[in-house]
Amino acid sequence: MPGFTRFTSRVVPLLVDNVDTDQIIPARFLKVTDKLGLGENLFSDWRYNADGSARRDFVLNMPEHRGAQILLAGDNFGCGSSREHAPWALTGFGFRTVISTSFADIFANNALKNSLLPLALSGADHRDVVALLKSDPAAELTVDLSSQTLLVPGGRSMSFPIDGFAKTCLLDGVDELGYLLRFMREIEAFEKFTSRG
Amino acid sequence: MNAPNPKTLFEKVWTSHVVTQEPGSPAVLSIDLHLVHEVTSPQAFAGLRARGIPVRKPGRTFATVDHSIPTGDPAVPLSDPLASRQIGQMEENARWGGIRFFGMNSAQRGIVHVIGPELGLTQPGMTVVCGDSHTSTHGAFGALAFGIGTSEVEHVLATQCLLQRRPGVCEVRIEGTPGPGVTAKDIVLALLARIGVGGGTGHVFEYTGSAVGSLTMEERMTICNMSIEGGARAGMMAPDDTTFEYIAGREFSPRGADWDRAVARWRKLPTDDGAVFDMSLTLDISDLSPMITFGTNPGMGLALGAPVPAPDEVTDPGQRSALRKALEYMNLTPGQPLLGRPVNVVFIGSCTNGRISDLRLAASVLRGRKVAPTVRLLVVPGSQAVKRQAEAEGLDRVFKSAGAEWREAGCSMCIAMNGDQLSPGEYAVSTSNRNFEGRQGKGGRTFLASPLTAAASAVTGKITDVRTL
Ligand code: SF4
Repeated sequence: MPGFTRFTSRVVPLLVDNVDTDQIIPARFLKVTDKLGLGENLFSDWRYNADGSARRDFVLNMPEHRGAQILLAGDNFGCGSSREHAPWALTGFGFRTVISTSFADIFANNALKNSLLPLALSGADHRDVVALLKSDPAAELTVDLSSQTLLVPGGRSMSFPIDGFAKTCLLDGVDELGYLLRFMREIEAFEKFTSRG
Repeated sequence: MNAPNPKTLFEKVWTSHVVTQEPGSPAVLSIDLHLVHEVTSPQAFAGLRARGIPVRKPGRTFATVDHSIPTGDPAVPLSDPLASRQIGQMEENARWGGIRFFGMNSAQRGIVHVIGPELGLTQPGMTVVCGDSHTSTHGAFGALAFGIGTSEVEHVLATQCLLQRRPGVCEVRIEGTPGPGVTAKDIVLALLARIGVGGGTGHVFEYTGSAVGSLTMEERMTICNMSIEGGARAGMMAPDDTTFEYIAGREFSPRGADWDRAVARWRKLPTDDGAVFDMSLTLDISDLSPMITFGTNPGMGLALGAPVPAPDEVTDPGQRSALRKALEYMNLTPGQPLLGRPVNVVFIGSCTNGRISDLRLAASVLRGRKVAPTVRLLVVPGSQAVKRQAEAEGLDRVFKSAGAEWREAGCSMCIAMNGDQLSPGEYAVSTSNRNFEGRQGKGGRTFLASPLTAAASAVTGKITDVRTL
């Protein structure tokens, strides 16, 4: 897993609360047996017309948002199903960060394992970012994980929380399974002790 | 008198499963039971193979196919090549990993959250995980059970452990006696209407209170199942005699002296007097009406007779626009009641309401009645064992003579990735757990309700309060 580096990008605003993982990637696309190619079906039901053509009024399809790596969502992003296909679809499309005020637990866990940063702002900061993008849709934000700050034009920086372990894993590209495998001796001893063999 | 060091049920299960924890890092949590299905596991097995790691504890891992399988005539071969491939791969991965697999032709096959308890695999005090958010169901037994992503499925297959941060515990106290026509589904829909879909984030629910003890295991499962709809990864209930009676004598339940030892252990699990929860709320169900959802998430619910809320009356701008968007998708008018609204499809099934008691409730309404000619009613048992039991009781004949489709076990129209789905614009009353846009088929519109409300609505062809039938 590559380390998560500081980056600057334009933003795709999708100001909907409680975006669920069925919207991020509808169930009919879950019949895949690998992780690739899901970006094409990201937000499929909002993004395409019945005939398969792109809906011009949907944010992901607007030319000015092409290449943006930050998705700005409403509150409580990623509720519902545990499908890791949701972060696979988001990163497959090119996103590296989703901004919200809170994230559903399973989604946040899944995102972190795929180099996708769930960035939770306070309600006030979130409102300011929304307002900023309304006045300047081309504004670029800088995500700096090491200092846990989001830099917005005009020099303001907003801080965001992240679990210390998750932060280290993201920054260093640490594979969590690799970390877990280091405890095999302890795990075996525990199982013997609790007769969970 | 309080115990010297009072602990919650959650704390007891959590503490007894922590292998180790480095400062600042998540705990290494030992997993007792890992359930696996075809949709969220292929990439995990591929990961193991790529690393050359075997399944560490095949004996604690059980696999089945439920999401992408068709529920029609079993003699008809699978027509969807992708589903067929996914199912084939599950079988192949189970063989490779030495995992017990309940495949297409297995008599024990069913929705993963129906068969775990049914086979006696789910037991009090266990840690149970599955790559599926409704793993919360198993918490009805006093297990700590939660859904995980595919990377975590790989972690558990490789190590039988997970890295976990300790969540908070929110007590959900349920008091009172429900009136006639009010089921466990109505209780949990009322809870969700109150707390919203994010209310439990970061927490595990422990359901307490007088009403919980008098529920059957199947009713408890319905409530714990939908904990995740409130954002809580797990919902737990104290194990008691009802729990032990349910478990006794099942295929994987302990026997003989092991049984006695197990029960003695399980009796120590309930939360001690004086233990402290991080949060607490009380739901009084004495005056509860049957509930139904009107919107596009499970928190958008109301009493069956109540009018659809008006966005203009909502002060929070985010909530107002969410409500407006939901009503637009559902094509509903604010201020109008849902009662009497025509529907096209009724779906009775899923891991929420696909157990034998749910089918009995539905049959009690449909016996001697006919499904309205404008409605398609699907009754889908949660497992092949539920199907056999229903047929032994003659429920299949009740459904068929009412004009319903009596299908094979599976997730079916709960998830619309197996051929059972709504057409764009159609309305369904569904006993499943999610009414997200397109969940039951692209463009389909879902009203979540109990099996009683679903069956009554199938009879009249409109959303109906069973108490008025
Ligand atoms: S019945 Fe529905 S919610 Fe339950 S496991 Fe199947 S798809 Fe998931």
